[in-house]
Amino acid sequence: MADRGFCIENLTITHRQQGVLLSLSARVLPGDVMSVMGPSGIGKSTLLAAITGTLPAPFSQTGRIQLNGRDLTALPPQARRVGILFQDHLLFPHLSVGENLAFGLAPDLDNRRQRVCDALADVDLVGFEDRDPATLSGGQRARVALMRMLLAEPEALLLDEPFSRLDAELRTRMRDLVFSRAKAANLPVILVTHDREDAVAAKGQIVELAEHRA
Amino acid sequence: MVALAPKLTLAVLIGPVLAGLFGTVLPAIGFLQPGGSGVLSGALSAQPLTLALDTPGLLQSSWLSVKTGMVSTFGALAVAMLLVAGWHGTRWFRVTEQALSPLLSVPHAAAALGLVFLIAPSGWLARLASPTLTGWDRPPDILVLQDPGGWALILGLVAKELPFLLLMLLAALPQVSSAASLRVCQALGYGRVLGWMVAVAPQVYAQIRLPVYAVLAYGMSNVDVALVLGPNTPPTLAMRILQGMSDPDLNQRAPAAVLALYQLALVAMALGLWRLGESMAGHLTRRSVWRGWRLPSLPDRILRISGLSVAAVAALSIFTGLITHAVWSVAGRWRFPDALPEQLKLRTWMRHGADITDAVGLTLSLALTAALISLMLTVLCLEAEHRSQRKMGKAGLLILYLPLILPQITFLPGLQILLLKGGVSSGGAPVLIAHVVFVLPYVFLTLAGPFRAWDARYATLGATLGASADRTLWRLRLPMLLRPLLTALAVGMAVSVGQYLPTLLASGGRLATLTTEALALASGGDRRAIGAWALALTLVAWGPFMLALALPSLLHRNRKGMSHG
Repeated sequence: MADRGFCIENLTITHRQQGVLLSLSARVLPGDVMSVMGPSGIGKSTLLAAITGTLPAPFSQTGRIQLNGRDLTALPPQARRVGILFQDHLLFPHLSVGENLAFGLAPDLDNRRQRVCDALADVDLVGFEDRDPATLSGGQRARVALMRMLLAEPEALLLDEPFSRLDAELRTRMRDLVFSRAKAANLPVILVTHDREDAVAAKGQIVELAEHRA
Repeated sequence: MVALAPKLTLAVLIGPVLAGLFGTVLPAIGFLQPGGSGVLSGALSAQPLTLALDTPGLLQSSWLSVKTGMVSTFGALAVAMLLVAGWHGTRWFRVTEQALSPLLSVPHAAAALGLVFLIAPSGWLARLASPTLTGWDRPPDILVLQDPGGWALILGLVAKELPFLLLMLLAALPQVSSAASLRVCQALGYGRVLGWMVAVAPQVYAQIRLPVYAVLAYGMSNVDVALVLGPNTPPTLAMRILQGMSDPDLNQRAPAAVLALYQLALVAMALGLWRLGESMAGHLTRRSVWRGWRLPSLPDRILRISGLSVAAVAALSIFTGLITHAVWSVAGRWRFPDALPEQLKLRTWMRHGADITDAVGLTLSLALTAALISLMLTVLCLEAEHRSQRKMGKAGLLILYLPLILPQITFLPGLQILLLKGGVSSGGAPVLIAHVVFVLPYVFLTLAGPFRAWDARYATLGATLGASADRTLWRLRLPMLLRPLLTALAVGMAVSVGQYLPTLLASGGRLATLTTEALALASGGDRRAIGAWALALTLVAWGPFMLALALPSLLHRNRKGMSHG
């Protein structure tokens, strides 16, 4: 059990010109949430990019990121099995809601349409599979993005300020939904936010990123 | 495949250009005799050079080339800048922009032939004004077209290059936050025009320098406009080279090759002069800033109005020219001072219909193939850039512009000579390759902006959902970029449709596209036939744009999020 969840060892992200951006060691157990806080521009999103394997060119990284005992740093992004939710939800605009969900389903699964419809029903979106994503409300879009990510059966969940564009009431509901789903699926979660309320609601460890200039 | 694309594209762009240069240099130094039976003479010879220097009126031809190129480029650039400086952000600007942008894709040949119908002594303008205003009941005997000074050619070039430079300016504006700079200048008491010229123009110009050089090189060395509007006594240098290259006497080719290299030197010299002009303009701008020089509101207004008027006249004359094509193509009897033909007849279309249909088929299939090859290479290059996260540098951009700045008339004759020597005297492949050389840069420049602006978080999402980089490209990125992809394809097709010299020289004159046929008719003076061919040429260049506009709306009619993607 010792290697379950995220294990980040001496992860250091360096900008080619500006030097060290951040260095971090952390453990996140399955079902737990780690909140990473700090002002904008501090490198919160860059941290997530290092974990998904999509670090932009001027940055380089050292150290190790392990997930459930697998070393992620050696793997291409699509083999890492790490799900991510962004602030703008980013549903694929050329696909229907159902096709958005089906995009992440493993190719060898059958009953694909049934799985998609069940996932939608699961978040009170019965019959939405043929809808145009552009016609959805913000809350509906957030739920579709969540289910799209969960259907891809990730082993961990990254949240890049996914609640910040929602109004207060919706925000609480969405937060509860995401955290409960992550807990139910026993996923380690890393939440990046500049909002302390989000971090407190996550009920986990809070890491503050400070100004770090070498 | 993706990783190899940049190198392959480089080879496609540079290969034919270098081969062509090589093929021009060899006969020019007497090493290869285009007319002889032997392949190589094996020795250098100054004979081509002596023959070339003996060309009567060579100095005049050179001067014409420099003058038409520099004056037309300066004119088109000045009008484009005045228009943006004086009117950007206003309703009038949007109207003018919308009138000018379809002109961008009108092939040079069709636009030039239309201008002939409009401004010739027997053209539409003279007909409208006669006999009431002019008293002419016969076409007056004045030399409006093909005037020895080259002014008709200059006007044609200004009208045709204006939309291109305007589009380039508009594409560069968002990168320099022009609206804010202009507001600051106006608050400091500068008028619109001067404020824009001192604050915005220097930044914008730095972005459009290469397109301006391309316009200058084209203005100096084109044959498709010069053939129609340019002088004959003597013709421009490029026309002389073309005449030498198409002379049945193969001995004319070596001196023509010398002149082709001379044309290159002339363009290089003009570019040098232009650069000098750039630094002088920069110097004057800084001086006027230090002096705090302001432009009173009257000259400011005059400049604004003249910019708008010239642009409007340019757009109107090309449009009207295109309409005259349509009218002539169905004209029955049409005597001189009459504004319209006596009867409308389909006779011209019956007579040329079959030939035109054949040429449309050939032109479109050539254009589609060249544009698809260019689009594929462009997408792979841009995707390689995305995956390796290495931005294309200045060198890459220069290489992209190389075929547009190096005069076609310099390296295409060499390509023809090599093809002939290699025994490839006809066939589609050389023409296709020659078209791709000129189509690819435009496709790349059209697609690069939207492709790079695509939100890379979609790629991250695709990967976290388990999609490989290829799947993300094919299932997410390309479908989301459908509209810009189709636009780039249409731009590429329009460029190919309008190509004259590459088609003529790489096919040895054996491939009849709409452009080559329309220009072949130009000297004959059969206005009805010219009208029909030029109209078909214009419509074929426009067709793909119509499809590029309509298809995405049709395919994505149930996807609101794609309506402006």
